[in-house]
Amino acid sequence: MTITKEQNGTALTIFLSGRLDTTTAPELESEIKTCLADIKELTFHFGNLEYISSAGLRVIMAAQKIMSKQGSMCVINASEEVKEIFEVTGFSSIIDIK
Amino acid sequence: MSELNIAATIENLNDVMTFVTSILEEMSCPVKEQMTIEIAVEEMFVNVAHYAYTTKTGMVRIKCLPLDNNKAVEISFEDEGVPFNPLAKEDPDTTLSVEERPIGGLGIYMVKKSMDNVYYEYKDGKNFFRMRKNISA
Repeated sequence: MTITKEQNGTALTIFLSGRLDTTTAPELESEIKTCLADIKELTFHFGNLEYISSAGLRVIMAAQKIMSKQGSMCVINASEEVKEIFEVTGFSSIIDIK
Repeated sequence: MSELNIAATIENLNDVMTFVTSILEEMSCPVKEQMTIEIAVEEMFVNVAHYAYTTKTGMVRIKCLPLDNNKAVEISFEDEGVPFNPLAKEDPDTTLSVEERPIGGLGIYMVKKSMDNVYYEYKDGKNFFRMRKNISA
């Protein structure tokens, strides 16, 4: 998995590509622990995300919990397959998926 | 039938995924189903690594069997760790708000929701878990 960040003032976009699974989720988890301090708008760009398992969903949920307190968060460009995972797990009702 | 006998450690997850995906690709499994099967395989393998073998590392035997002219696949996991029934876990409430929802606990739920059949038994000192997924196309 590759994580790329683009920050514009208090808006941060995190681009994920590859596989967000049990082995790679800890990388993203340490990123969100360190880089969200002053962020008001967080966007996850999933355009190149091929796969997400429950370990990945866990980190996305942790990020949503942080952002609910300090601003907003959304997920963009997710594939149909990833969107379906969000549906099954009820994530689509609590996370803004565009 | 294809079989993989491997140490149940997270470091081996990629080898497990390669084993399963190579079979699914031979079956011409559609992308959507392949991803849900991969998610279920990851979940079950990680469960064995985390819960069946808590204090020591042990082996897990994974079998992957195409069925009905590649219209279904059956994948099983057998380990000699402590008894652990993944299906006994209560389903999470997916209607809770962001504040109320726990961060984890979705893995097994996703397996139960996405597979067409799941089965667990503990017999002769072994955990045995089997799941079946029908493939559309």
